[in-house]
Amino acid sequence: MSNVLEVLVILPAVGALLIALLPKEVRGRLVVPITGAISIAEAILAIVLAVNFKAGVASYQYVSSYSWISSFGISWKLGVDGISIFLVLLTALIFPIAYIGAKERANAQSFAAWMLLLEAACMGSFMSLDLFAFFVTFELTLIPTYFLIGSWGYEKSGAAAIKFFIYTFLGSALLLVGMLALVFIHSAQTGVTTFDIAALAKTSLSSGTEKWLFLAFTAAFAVKAPIFPFHTWSPDAYRQAPTSGVIVLAAIMAKLGTYGILRFDFTLFPHAVVSFGPLLLTLAVIGIIYGGIVAAGERDIKRMLAYSSLSHMGFIILGFFALSREGVAGGVLQMINHGIYTAALFLLVGFLFAATGAIDMDRLGGLQSKAPVMAGIFTLFVMASIGLPGLSGFVGEFLILIGSFSTHRWWAVVAAFGVVISAVYMLWSYQRIFHGKPSEPDLIPESRPIEIKKGQILVLAPLIVIVVALGLYPRPILDRITPSVNALISHVNAANVSPNAIGVIVQKGKG
Amino acid sequence: MEGLIFLIPAMPLAGFFINLFFGRFLPKRVVGWLATALVGVSFVIALTEYFHLLSLTSAARALAPNLFTWFAVGHLSIHFGAYLDPLSSVMILFVTGVATLIHAYSIGYMDHDPRFRTFFVYLNLFVFSMLVLVLANNFVVAFLGWEGVGACSYWLISFWFDRDSAASAGKKAFIINRIGDFGYMLGMFLLFEVAKSLNYTSVFGNIASSAAHGGHPFISGPQATAIALLLFVGAAGKSAQIPLFVWLVDAMEGPTPVSALIHAATMVTAGVYLMARVAPIIHLSSNAGTVIAIVGAATAFVAATAATAQNDIKKVLAYSTVSQLGYMFLGIGSGAYVAAIFLMITHAFYKALLFLGAGSVIHSLGDEQDIKKMGALYKLMPITGFTFIIAWLSIAGLPPFSGFFSKGDVLLAAYSKSPILWAVGAITAILTAYYMGREVYLVFFGSPRYREALTNHDGHGAHSEPHESPKVMTVPLIILAIASILAGVMNLGISSSTDFLTNWLMPVFGKAQANLTFGGGTKVILEVGDIVFALLGIFIATRAWSKTASNPSLEVGFLKKGWQIDHLFDSVFARGSSGLAIELNEIVDNEVIDGAVNGSGRLIGALGGSLRGIQSGYVRSYALIISFGVVLILGFVITRAGL
Repeated sequence: MSNVLEVLVILPAVGALLIALLPKEVRGRLVVPITGAISIAEAILAIVLAVNFKAGVASYQYVSSYSWISSFGISWKLGVDGISIFLVLLTALIFPIAYIGAKERANAQSFAAWMLLLEAACMGSFMSLDLFAFFVTFELTLIPTYFLIGSWGYEKSGAAAIKFFIYTFLGSALLLVGMLALVFIHSAQTGVTTFDIAALAKTSLSSGTEKWLFLAFTAAFAVKAPIFPFHTWSPDAYRQAPTSGVIVLAAIMAKLGTYGILRFDFTLFPHAVVSFGPLLLTLAVIGIIYGGIVAAGERDIKRMLAYSSLSHMGFIILGFFALSREGVAGGVLQMINHGIYTAALFLLVGFLFAATGAIDMDRLGGLQSKAPVMAGIFTLFVMASIGLPGLSGFVGEFLILIGSFSTHRWWAVVAAFGVVISAVYMLWSYQRIFHGKPSEPDLIPESRPIEIKKGQILVLAPLIVIVVALGLYPRPILDRITPSVNALISHVNAANVSPNAIGVIVQKGKG
Repeated sequence: MEGLIFLIPAMPLAGFFINLFFGRFLPKRVVGWLATALVGVSFVIALTEYFHLLSLTSAARALAPNLFTWFAVGHLSIHFGAYLDPLSSVMILFVTGVATLIHAYSIGYMDHDPRFRTFFVYLNLFVFSMLVLVLANNFVVAFLGWEGVGACSYWLISFWFDRDSAASAGKKAFIINRIGDFGYMLGMFLLFEVAKSLNYTSVFGNIASSAAHGGHPFISGPQATAIALLLFVGAAGKSAQIPLFVWLVDAMEGPTPVSALIHAATMVTAGVYLMARVAPIIHLSSNAGTVIAIVGAATAFVAATAATAQNDIKKVLAYSTVSQLGYMFLGIGSGAYVAAIFLMITHAFYKALLFLGAGSVIHSLGDEQDIKKMGALYKLMPITGFTFIIAWLSIAGLPPFSGFFSKGDVLLAAYSKSPILWAVGAITAILTAYYMGREVYLVFFGSPRYREALTNHDGHGAHSEPHESPKVMTVPLIILAIASILAGVMNLGISSSTDFLTNWLMPVFGKAQANLTFGGGTKVILEVGDIVFALLGIFIATRAWSKTASNPSLEVGFLKKGWQIDHLFDSVFARGSSGLAIELNEIVDNEVIDGAVNGSGRLIGALGGSLRGIQSGYVRSYALIISFGVVLILGFVITRAGL
């Protein structure tokens, strides 16, 4: 199983190429089966990896490494630890659901190719242990996403796609500069040019340099997540993206940002993480409250969910910079949880739009009497998203808050009020869509069924199972997350205790 | 025996799943009776567990079996486990008992509803959540039940969701409860920080042992005050205390059995239970009890005054419930934990009886709820009328009905805490006897005014005349009436050997329970006073309402509006903040953030002209240029690498 992670990247990449090269005669018949088969195979492989992933171990597993550009010390090095394994699994699970559930019919061939390429890029980003390889795959996610939004999106998707591209690209430019600067400094110090994260973590940086590098890296990740105030691209992009695109954006690509912060900022700049902690915590808390309040005022379901995501991302960042075991582990768990219920909600909105042609809550209303099953499933994910105990969402949020309460009390207190606001905007939206009487009686002809279809329930079924299972028994996941999280926190703490010797590196954390 | 404890919540959970997935394949009757029977089985198991506890020595009456670990990170380790002690055993008995009766009643009440099956799905899930709340062995699992009952309450209040008022009432209940939950959560966080655990056995064990050994207390006074009051914010949300009570009146939009079960007998008492649970923490604080007692007394009084001016049969009962819950908190705050629990149980009987009786009336009048449009129903609905009067006399606190004993105990404790609190409680007692008397006279006596209602409502077929409800509804009324009369036997207060409830609960509360000693004839005078207050209220009600249905000077508009507190909430929070919500992103996102970005973009554009292409819309070429740029960088690196 030593090269198994390569397969996760190469399979969809080759699949994308294959789809793109399919001859015209067979396109109509083969695009969907091939894409479906590849993404499902990918999911099965990821499940096998996660099941066989050793619990209680902090270090990277399934590591494989190839020298790529040896004179620059660039290597193709993949590995997963307790933090990334579940993001890999999430990616592998969400892609087939997004692809099969959303059923984009127009120009199906290029759509499938872009989706597979995007999956390969996301996989590469979550598994790269080489900074350069990470950067390449991280950047590579932009192009398919740009086209997915722009070509398959709603009426104003063009402008939204540009906005997305410009914001994220500007962030990436800073990341590139920061990355090269770090490598040059390391090279000057040791005489060795390398992009290996573990090696770069040993670079001794002056306090000022570390701060600048931290800001450069964090800017890229903050745009991607997004973190307030770098979020303004996201409501437009989420609103205009097609269902499959928005699922990938919100459920997976947002996690590239939070993952980047944890993996790179925490490993490479442990002092800056502490000194900029209050700034990031404050932005996180503003995001929680501000995102929630704005979500409550939105009448457009997808924009409401975009601001809701901003709020949820705030919780994750709060957990990270709480720098306690409970907080960081809760943040990692919440990345998974958010991926699951956000994907489900956006998928349901897609179904709703297909059935009613409306995405504006003011035009809907009273749908529960015509579509009780859809309403029931929607409620389940609404409750998961507002953190009802027993469903996924609660444990992560609870760990984040209890973990930050003891280290950063007042941030936690303000953030905890987010649980009230989330109930406001979610239940309010639910009421507008499903309760009461139809506000536009002519919107849906009497004869048209709007109830969710069996096939749609089948696509949602895995998410329903996961949302309940993770709520009641998150232990198998937490047991694998916590050793890596503990090692990361020890690394940050050790660095801050003796500023001149960044001793413990992540890979050698206690097992 | 320990393993059996888990069967108690498992029964209604099984009912939930069976009816959720297979309900539509089953006949209606089967769905209803299955749901009822499973809760009944829980009651029987609860009874056997009670006898099991009884067979143990009083020190050993605390079973804490664990099922599995929910989550464990760092120092925090939360197990799904049960905690069965005298307090939780009493709670599960009355919860499952009352719930069984109300399930049976609902089979009759909801008979015509097209969503009959869904109703029982929610009702079973509610009972499950309530049992989890009560039986949990730690604060987090209790919170699971706590939020679970809140969610079920939301679904059941907005059960008739096509009515906007019902949908809004459900949402409001959930949101205001969430404000309470915010307090509950902060209380938990602080407790965890101080006690390093959220497990009952560990927290309360440590408090007890540090008290026994003297020296440094496990939780300091100020810490205990903060924890207790934060948890009390949660309790005030769930149990509808000032200022968070506004949701309970709106909650009457739900079907009447829901009002009886959730919004009178069980869920709303969860806050009282939580406070009784943390009695050892409240005991460590010097002020928390006083705050709780003042809030309780104030709520009891305000809600009782509001109840005097309501015309909706259920809203009188809703304000009455708020008021009685206030009494319970007055008891908690005065250190009379046993009295609070005693009142909780007797109140569950007579208030459930009142709601079910009201439901019986509403049912027979074709959904009419205005008591001004009723009258003279006693002769037509004798069982409903007779049991309703028993409940009235019981809540009024007339001996030998149970309310006399339980409310009397609370007032005694309030007197020893402060005569002012006692005086507020005493005035409230007069008001209680009065407003319930008003409702009894307007509904069951005087002149018949229901003709109009019967012709206006044609929803449930033709009702030529109001009629008594079917047996499936009246039998629960009779059982609850018997319980309302006899429940006082639990704690007569005559001699310590017959104070069964006190003897049973004392090991739980220990030193936290206030030790009341009264000099001379004080106790007798206070008890005689209770009777006088009840009679006074009944007398005024009879004078004012037995002959007429109109008495505007006694129905103050300010009171009818519930002291305008709801209005305040609405205008300040709901309307004010929704305006803010709609405006906020227009300003912050569009003007400030994007403004800054666009501004700098324009600046750069002006300087170099490079961004002009983007703004004029050559998106794809721009994207391609950037992609090309990335490729170029890669290529540069690769060539430099000499590959």
